[in-house]
Amino acid sequence: MTRSDRGDIEITHASVSSSASAPIRVRALQAMRGGVLVLRGVDLDVAPGEVCAVMGVSGAGKTTVLRVVAALQPFDAGVVEVGGVTLSSGALPPESRLRALRRTVGVVFQSHALFEHLTALENVILAPMHALGQSRTDATATAMRLLDSLGVTARAQAYPRQLSGGEAQRVAIARALAPDPQFLLMDEPTSALDPARRAALGDSVRLLASQGRGLLIVTHDAEFARAYADRVVVLSHGSIAEQGAAAQVLSNPAHDATRELLA
Amino acid sequence: MIRFASRSLLALLLVLGACARSTSSREPLRWGGDAEGGAPFVEADPGDPTSLRGFDVEIATFIAQDLGREPRFVQVAWPSIEQSVTRGDFSIGMSGLEDRPALQARFAVSLPYYEFREVLAVRAADSARIHTLADLRGRRVGTLGATMAWEMLLAAKAEHGVEPVSYDDNVHPYSDLVNGRLDAVLLDHVIAERELRRTGGFVIQPTALARGHYVAVLAAGDSVLRDSVNATLLARMRDGSLERVFRSWGVWDAEQAAYQQRLLREAGVGRVLRASETPGVPVIATYLPALLRAALVTLLLSALAMTLAIVTGSALAAGRVYGARPIRVLLTVYVEVIRGTPVLLQLFVLYYGLSDVVRLPAFAAAVIGLGLNYAAYESEIYRAALQSIPPLQLEAARSLGLSEFQILRLVRGPQALRLALAPMTNDFVALLKDSSLVSVITVVELTKQTAIYATNAGSWAIPGALCAIVYLSMSLPLSHLARRLEQRWTVA
Repeated sequence: MTRSDRGDIEITHASVSSSASAPIRVRALQAMRGGVLVLRGVDLDVAPGEVCAVMGVSGAGKTTVLRVVAALQPFDAGVVEVGGVTLSSGALPPESRLRALRRTVGVVFQSHALFEHLTALENVILAPMHALGQSRTDATATAMRLLDSLGVTARAQAYPRQLSGGEAQRVAIARALAPDPQFLLMDEPTSALDPARRAALGDSVRLLASQGRGLLIVTHDAEFARAYADRVVVLSHGSIAEQGAAAQVLSNPAHDATRELLA
Repeated sequence: MIRFASRSLLALLLVLGACARSTSSREPLRWGGDAEGGAPFVEADPGDPTSLRGFDVEIATFIAQDLGREPRFVQVAWPSIEQSVTRGDFSIGMSGLEDRPALQARFAVSLPYYEFREVLAVRAADSARIHTLADLRGRRVGTLGATMAWEMLLAAKAEHGVEPVSYDDNVHPYSDLVNGRLDAVLLDHVIAERELRRTGGFVIQPTALARGHYVAVLAAGDSVLRDSVNATLLARMRDGSLERVFRSWGVWDAEQAAYQQRLLREAGVGRVLRASETPGVPVIATYLPALLRAALVTLLLSALAMTLAIVTGSALAAGRVYGARPIRVLLTVYVEVIRGTPVLLQLFVLYYGLSDVVRLPAFAAAVIGLGLNYAAYESEIYRAALQSIPPLQLEAARSLGLSEFQILRLVRGPQALRLALAPMTNDFVALLKDSSLVSVITVVELTKQTAIYATNAGSWAIPGALCAIVYLSMSLPLSHLARRLEQRWTVA
């Protein structure tokens, strides 16, 4: 684990320990919210080692896709396969049947959702200790390596409300990575970052992908997506308007929704 | 001329005086007692519950008749009769009130019109071996709090190792004797014989352990009315009407006849018998250790009850937040029933109502009663706190692979606890004070001990102030601790 002279984040630690073969597969996904169809048949794949940016203006349905893949909300039609777990429409299965999915997918929320009553370090070691049964010593060693690689070791004993937006986000990334998931889902990760931190985050994203992790990043930040994503999926009114290689889609937009994002 | 004027003025004053007398004679004579004390003193007439009967009722009627006034009864709790006389709620207090030196010092007290004997009641199986308090080492002996018998038991505790148990009424000691919660009851023979006739199941030992006297109590400045009361008592003793009253209530015997003869003889030469067995006026130093012991009881009782309330309240709240619908309905019914009925009633039901099913010791019943009552209130605080944790916190925990129970234990519960701390502290301070209610089931805690002290001292001023200081010294540090915790958690 090192830090570059720019202060950028580099994660040189883990490679993905679980099988890197199964992608995230979303087929014909439909979801309602308040009686309105917010997703109208979305197909999506995220392969291990791939950075996929889901883009769209506010209300396009991109966060709903992330929440469905993370099994945090039910959906109304279609199929989602994650980590060997197949999700169907209707109520969410009990947590006991979602263990493989939880083990496979880590989530970084837009507002970070750090646990307010725990220090940064305690946030990071919570899942390894209680969900994976690691000892406090082992979990703390891993957590400190992660916090160090993200440049927030000095803030390990701080409580969330004592952290800046950027620090909180890096602690949230460390928390999501601590159980060593195969996929990382990130919701609007650049919204609270200054340009230097944004670049550092992009480097981290590329590094994680190079280690074999798949990343599904929900963002409306076209510049970030162009620089760091392999593939872009543009949503408009709950449907896929356009998708393809990031450079191709964002340099030569074929759909008004994409052009609106770039405006 | 001057002589005429003087005579006219004198006549006018006499007329005015007569008018004043006739006006006051039309005012009812207000006298106070406790009908809950029951026969033979004062009780509601079973045939007509709106009217009263009892020998004190008949004596009050004699006094009113001799004054040419209508008797009017004022109901007041027995331990408060003397304080109500001081307040001026009524002129005469009478309800089996015991004569004692503290009364003489603070009130105008009537002749001791009845001599009672302190007698031991025991179960029939024990009658051959229990005759005195010395035979009751290590045994539980019940009586009415703040009485001469209570003082005797306290002395016997020091001397013979008797375990005194205080009651707020004079019925339950006997039922507890019969059902085995007590080994003996020490009370006035009048009360013991009434309970023997009413319920039975025990034996009254014939030896009197002490003698005391019933008196009427008037405000210190009412010595003129007191003299009228005494005149009535003596006249009714001489003409035999008091004997007829006592006979009609079954409390007349040869000893009472001898006592009245002695009283009449001594009243004739200007002396009046006074109880000599009663202890002197208590001083602070005498009661301070007892108050501190009672404060420990209050603290221990409150701490245990609050622990039970927190544990049960947490389970109730978790059941109402996470449980299936039938469980939620069941727990909601529990919470509403407990919150909707008085804790006093719950304590009575737990201790006396269920005694055929489960015979709880008084302290355990107090802890369980208060604990389960407060659990209902705690559960509502915890439920609201649990439900106010942002859903995103729970989703974040779920996304990390924590089980629902782990989320409750590690994320939701600790955050809810921080929100619940202030109302919880509030409840604990309230519980400290509500613990005074358990004296109805014989637990002598701080307020009860203070009441005993105040009754014996004849004033609430010093005992009340001491009691308040002890309560405050328990509750203030608690509030301080809660504030410090809140401050610490606000940073977190």
